[in-house]
Amino acid sequence: MITPRHGASALAILALLSLPVWVGNPYYINIASQILLFAVFALALNVLVGYGGLVSLGHAGLFAIAGYAGALALQAGHGHFAADLFAIVVTLAASAVFAVLALRSTGIGFLMITLALGQIVWGIAYRWASLTNGDNGINVTTRPAPFGISLSRADTFYYATLLIFLFAVLTMTVFVRSPFGASLRGTRDQARRMTALGYNVWLVRFLAFLFSGFWTGIAGLLFIYYNQFVSPQVAALTGSAEVLLMVISGGTATLLGPIAGAAIVVIMKNVVSAYIVRWNLVLGVIFIVIITFMPEGLVPGSVRLWRWSWQKLRARRNGVAVRPAEERVP
Amino acid sequence: MTALCVNNLSKSFGGLRVTANVNLNVAPGERRLIIGPNGAGKTTLFNLITGEIAPDSGSVLLFDQDITRVPSHRRAHLGMARTYQIITLFPYDTILRNVTLALLGLSRLRWDPFIDIDLQHDLIDRAREALARVGLDHIAHRPLSETAYGERRRVEIAMALAPAPKVLLLDEPFAGLSIDERRDVRDLLQKIPRDVTVVMIEHNMDVALDFAERITLLHFGEVIVEGTRSEVVADPRTREVYLGH
Repeated sequence: MITPRHGASALAILALLSLPVWVGNPYYINIASQILLFAVFALALNVLVGYGGLVSLGHAGLFAIAGYAGALALQAGHGHFAADLFAIVVTLAASAVFAVLALRSTGIGFLMITLALGQIVWGIAYRWASLTNGDNGINVTTRPAPFGISLSRADTFYYATLLIFLFAVLTMTVFVRSPFGASLRGTRDQARRMTALGYNVWLVRFLAFLFSGFWTGIAGLLFIYYNQFVSPQVAALTGSAEVLLMVISGGTATLLGPIAGAAIVVIMKNVVSAYIVRWNLVLGVIFIVIITFMPEGLVPGSVRLWRWSWQKLRARRNGVAVRPAEERVP
Repeated sequence: MTALCVNNLSKSFGGLRVTANVNLNVAPGERRLIIGPNGAGKTTLFNLITGEIAPDSGSVLLFDQDITRVPSHRRAHLGMARTYQIITLFPYDTILRNVTLALLGLSRLRWDPFIDIDLQHDLIDRAREALARVGLDHIAHRPLSETAYGERRRVEIAMALAPAPKVLLLDEPFAGLSIDERRDVRDLLQKIPRDVTVVMIEHNMDVALDFAERITLLHFGEVIVEGTRSEVVADPRTREVYLGH
């Protein structure tokens, strides 16, 4: 059965597919590519933050590991496919190490361990110059050309990123609805009860971390192909904080939330910054407004406000003074 | 053969000895009541039996299998289920999803990241059956956050019974319930099939004594009286512990 949600999804996909046509300017097409690749990154982090209740401040480390692994493999003369595969395997291995160390704790302990691990990656990228070329970073001279289609143009790169983004959204949708997704949410809400019910809570979280790490690696690879450069800045704490802000501001434990959050941050950084010097200040104000009026995030908050307005409109039409649940006096 | 056997189980938290050489033998199908004043170590004993905390010494046997070192989650797979004194459910889910999660815990499906949980009709039908047994199938799709306390207690019992456990540990199932709700829960507990061994902690003697076949009295982490209902009630040590004289 076709629901309004299906219709909206179809329209959104159509709009995304036709974006290079109606945007035209390669600069803005590149901005759209950035939004999509950071949306993949935010969706990956959302698996842990939103569905697992595990707030990581070290994901930029995994993002950078994928970038460096891919760049080093390419620098060593390997082809794109082999380099990408190598990068994903290395990122998965690093995710496993991160998970084993960080899952010794939850809450603030988990956050601090991931932060420390992310900083270690940054330190290695910065100081192990013989491998990473230090502050100078590594250039990625070419983009891949799958099926003979060169991704060096803004529109072709956009379509490749869109394809990966749509696949990421699809896998996340399936994951969220699956028994494993339900298990992960259960460990977030009642870990003790989940253990009593027969779930291996540690293993559920570990596998979720690997899933998150996998998509973080994919986003990291898209990032180095987009910029054709990787440097220690990619692994910096600001990167981890930025993607976490994308997830929180858009709405954790939702599929659209991290995408909306990625769009806000990327647009502010790349478009608004051209007109407003202190764009960081504007971004900060936006976050404060979101957290104040929509503590659950932009997407679920907008849905709540929409329902509230709709209820109010219907009540006014029917001449009944219905107040929203939040305002009802007990 | 015993359903549940606890041998010389001891546990201390720092200098505080909360369980001291506790021995417990519960026969298959038995209804055992564990009583004792606050701080007697009853819930700690449950946590030791379920593996939530590790004992300092002693052993726990489930149907003669030593499970002392078996991880807590594995004990559920061996047939152990429990409820909590403070209701511990999934507040953001529906009642049906709560019970489905209980069934999923023992199913291989719990690892599957590809299928849609809402399309697992066998699992959902079994969850509905479990809810029907506790009289909640008519509100299966109601969010848990919109249910009354008594209903949540029944959801918890449905979750404990749904996976067909062999040994069920009930931690104060009547706590916080009204008189009517207590009667409903008591009726539910009396309907538990005989192939399920039930060990229950309870303070409310009015309802608990009807249920119990044997009673164990704990005081300062030690078993001080054990026997049939009449033996324990008649024992002067029971009165001393509960009435202070």
